[in-house]
Amino acid sequence: MSSTPALVFEGVSKSYGATQAARDLDLSVLPGEMVTLIGPSGCGKSTALRLIAGLERPDAGRILVAGEEVAGPRRFVNPEKRRVGLVFQDHALFPHLTVTRNVQFGLHGLPRAERAARAAEVLELVRLGHLAGRYPHELSGGEQQRVALARALAPRPAVVLLDEPFSSLDENLRAQVRAEVVGVLRETGTTAIFVTHDQTEALSIGDRVVVMQGGRIEQADTPYRVFEQPATRFVASFMGDADFLRAHVHKALLTCEIGVVSTVPGWASADVDVDVVLRPHEVAITPEPGRNGDGPEVVDMEYHGAFVLHTVRLASGQTVRSWQPHSVRHPVGTPVRVSVVAGVTPTLLVGDHAVTAPPGTAS
Amino acid sequence: MTQSVAPPVPPVAPEPTARSRRPSRGRPGWSVSVLLIALAVVGPVAAVLVDVANGELPDWPRNLGDMVVTTLLLMAGVGIGTLVLGCGLAWLVTACTFPLRNVMVWLLVLPLAMPAYILGFVFLSIFDAAGPVQQWLRSALGDFVEFSVATLPGCVIVMSLTLYPYVYLLARAAFAEQAPSTYDAARTLGAGRGRAFFRVLLPLARPSIAAGLALVMMEVLTDFATVQYFGVQTVSVGVYTVWKGSYDFGSAVQLAALVMLFAVAVLAGERLMRGRARFTQQGGHGRGLQPVRLSVGRGLLALLACLLALAGSFVVPVLQLVWWAVDHARGDGPPALDSGFAQAFSNSISIAVITSLTCVVLALVIGHAIRLGGGRWLRAAAQLTTFGYAVPGAVIGIGTLLLFDYLDRALEALGVPGGTGLLVTGSVVGILYAFVVRFVGPASQAVDASYQKVPVTLTQSALSLGAGPLRVLGRVHAPLVRSGVAVALVLVAIDAIKELPVVLMLRPFGFNTVSVWVYQLAKENLWGLAALPALVIVALAVVPVFILFRQVRTADTATRQRRSRGSL
Repeated sequence: MSSTPALVFEGVSKSYGATQAARDLDLSVLPGEMVTLIGPSGCGKSTALRLIAGLERPDAGRILVAGEEVAGPRRFVNPEKRRVGLVFQDHALFPHLTVTRNVQFGLHGLPRAERAARAAEVLELVRLGHLAGRYPHELSGGEQQRVALARALAPRPAVVLLDEPFSSLDENLRAQVRAEVVGVLRETGTTAIFVTHDQTEALSIGDRVVVMQGGRIEQADTPYRVFEQPATRFVASFMGDADFLRAHVHKALLTCEIGVVSTVPGWASADVDVDVVLRPHEVAITPEPGRNGDGPEVVDMEYHGAFVLHTVRLASGQTVRSWQPHSVRHPVGTPVRVSVVAGVTPTLLVGDHAVTAPPGTAS
Repeated sequence: MTQSVAPPVPPVAPEPTARSRRPSRGRPGWSVSVLLIALAVVGPVAAVLVDVANGELPDWPRNLGDMVVTTLLLMAGVGIGTLVLGCGLAWLVTACTFPLRNVMVWLLVLPLAMPAYILGFVFLSIFDAAGPVQQWLRSALGDFVEFSVATLPGCVIVMSLTLYPYVYLLARAAFAEQAPSTYDAARTLGAGRGRAFFRVLLPLARPSIAAGLALVMMEVLTDFATVQYFGVQTVSVGVYTVWKGSYDFGSAVQLAALVMLFAVAVLAGERLMRGRARFTQQGGHGRGLQPVRLSVGRGLLALLACLLALAGSFVVPVLQLVWWAVDHARGDGPPALDSGFAQAFSNSISIAVITSLTCVVLALVIGHAIRLGGGRWLRAAAQLTTFGYAVPGAVIGIGTLLLFDYLDRALEALGVPGGTGLLVTGSVVGILYAFVVRFVGPASQAVDASYQKVPVTLTQSALSLGAGPLRVLGRVHAPLVRSGVAVALVLVAIDAIKELPVVLMLRPFGFNTVSVWVYQLAKENLWGLAALPALVIVALAVVPVFILFRQVRTADTATRQRRSRGSL
C-alpha cells in the first residue's frame, strides 16, 4: 500500500468571487516526499494548503489524502476528520495548555497511558522532552516551532502542512530551526508540504518544488530542474535572476546579439525565433580596453561580498547581468565582450513556454 | 457600427460555475443556531410590523399630536443638553490640564450608574414645590414662590445629566484618537488651537458624537418611567398607558410602531451625520493635541465645571439617598428592607442570573459559529442578533406580547382552551425573553472582543488535530475567551437588574423586581422607603462603569504607547 500517494489533487479549482485562487490543480505527492509550494503572494499556494486541510471547500475537482477522498463533488470531510497536520507561522500553540497538553490535544480518544507515551515520544523527537511542563509563552520562538511540529506529528497524520513555518523567526535562528524541522520530518518519513515565499528555502528543502502563479501550477519538478530547466518564462524569472534575449536557431546553432551561444542538438532543420534565458552565473564578460565604436559596456556594478554583480548594456539597449568573483571589478563604462560560460545549455522560450524540441515537430 | 479594430480580449478567467457560489465553509448546525437566535431577536419587532401592516387603522389617541410633539421636544432638548455637556467636558479634559484632571476624566463617566428614574425622583423631591429649595426661596422671598418642576424642561435636565456620558465617552475617544498629524497639519497651516479644534477636530469627531447622540436618543425613546414622574407624555408612555389602561392591543401596537419609526429616524440621522466623508485616519506621527496648562484661576473654574456636572448627576443624589436611608432607619416607620423587598430582590437576582447565562451561552454560540466559517448570510444573521439593543423597550414589550398572542391563538386552534393564558396577566417568561432580546447584543460584543484576540490559526490547529467543533469550543475557545465571558455576565446581569420599562410592561400582577420596587415607592413619594433599594441599584450599576473605565484606560495606554514609540 506504500505506493498509494499521500496526497492527490485532481482538477481542483477554487475561486473567491471573481478571483480564481486555484485553477484546475493536478498534483500527486508520494508518501515520505517533501514538497515546497512557492509563488508570489496571491498565487494560490495558501489556498492549496487550506483546501488540503479542509478549511476551504473546492468548487470543482477531487482531493485524496492517503487514498481516501476528502473533498469531491459529493463528499466533504471536515478538517477534524482528515489525517492532516498543520504547522503555522505563528505556531498557534494553545496558550492555556502546557507543552505536553498541547501535544496530547490531538491524541484525544487514546487511553491515558498511550497518550502520555506518544507525547513523550514526539517531544523527544524534537528534543524538547525537558520542557514538557512549560507553557508556550515560556519558550523561545524556535522551541515553540518545534512544539508545534511535535503536536502536528503526534496523531501520525498522513501529511503535514507547514504554512511559512520559519518566517516568524529571525534570520540567524531560521536556518537552524529549518534544519531541525526538516531533519525530524525526514527521520520520521513524514509526507510534508511547505508553503514558502523564499526561493532558496524552496530549492534547498524540497524533494519537489511546485511553482504557482495566478492559481495555476506553472511547474512541479525537482529543485534542480525547476532552476536549470524552467518550464515557463515566469518560473525562470521567479526562481532566481534571469535575463531574456531575443535569439534565433538556424541549423542547430543558437545565435543572439552576443554571438553564437551554443549548439542545439536535434534542431538541425529548424529556423525559428526564440528567447534565450541567461542567468547571471552563466554570463561571462571580458574587458575590451581598446575597442572602437559601440558595443557592450558595464553600466552598473554591485559589490555583494563574495561575488560582484555586473550589469552590461548591449548595443541594442538590452541589459544582461553577470556574476564575477569578488576580485573581478570592472568599473562602470568598461567596454566588454559578453559570452556564455562554456558547457551551458540555456533554456529556450517560445512565447512564455520553454521548448526542448523545435516548434512544429512532434516530440 | 464600425468593426472594432482591436483583437478580442481573451477572457482572463473562465466564467465562475454555479457551484462556486455556494457557501464554502461553515457548519450547518452552528449556522442554523445563529439564524434561530437572529429570528428570536427580530421576533418582537417583526410581530409589531406584521401586525401594523395587517391591522386596520385604529382610533389614534386624541392627544397623539401632543405626544409626538412632546417626544420630539424631549429628544431635541436632551440631545442639546447631552451634546453641550458631553462635548464640552470631553474637550475640557482633553485639551486642558487642571487640578484633578486625571481623576475627573473617569469620574465624569460615573453618572452612567445613575438610572434616570432614580435621579428623577431625587430631583423632584429637592426642587419641587414641597422640596427644600423652594421652601428656602419662600422663606427668603415670600410665599408667592411656588412652581412645579415636574415639567418637560425638568425632565430634559434629569435625562441630560444621566445620559451625557455616552456623548462624553465617544467624543473623548474621538479627540484622543485623532491622528496627530492631522491636528499638526492644521496648526502649521496657521490655525490657532481653537480654530484647529472647531475646524478640524470637531468635524472629524462628528461620527463619534453622532453615535453617542444616537445612543442617548435610544435611551430617551426607551424610557417611559422617568418621564411619567414629570408628566411628560411621550409616545412610549402612550404605548404603556394604552396597554395597561385598556389592554387595547390595536392602539398599543400602532403606537409602538410609531416609536419604532422614531428609532429608525434616529439611526438614519446618525448615518446621515456620518455622511460620505471618510473619517478613518492613516496613523501618522506627531505631537497632536497637547493639553494646555490652565492658569490657577481658570484651572479651578474648569475643575468647578466638572465637579458641578458630577455633583448634579451623581454625588448630590447619592448623598440625598443616603440621608433618606439613614433618616428612615432612625425613625420608627416600617423597615425599608422588608419581606416584600426581599422577594423583589430575589426576583431581580434570578432574572439577572438566568438572563446573563442565556445571553452568554448565545453569544458563545454566535462567536463560535462565525469562527467556524460560513457565508455572508451567517454574518448578516450574527449582525441581526445585536440589533435588539437599539429597539425601544416599548416596542420589545408590545412585540413580545404579540408573539404570546400568536402562540395563544395557535394553541387554541390546536384545542387548548385559553392557550397559555400568559397574554393579559403577563409572565416572567415574557420578561426573560424580552431581556434576552435586548441584552444578547452587548453580551455578544463583549465575547466577540475576546474572540478577536484568539488567532484563527489556533482554531484551525485544534480542528486539524481531530477536535470536533464542540470540543474546540470547550477546550480551546471557552478558556481563551473567559475574560470576555466574565465581562458579558456582569454587564448583562446588572443591566437586567437596572432595567425598568420592559418589566413594567410585561410583569405579572404583583411581580416585583428591585427596579419596580423603587419606582413604585418613589411614585408614591415614599422616598425614605425607596432610598435604600435605590442605593443598591446604583451601587450595582457602578460595577460596569468601572469595567468600562478599565477598557477606556487600557485603550488610552495603548494609544499613548503607540505615540511614544512613533516619536522615537
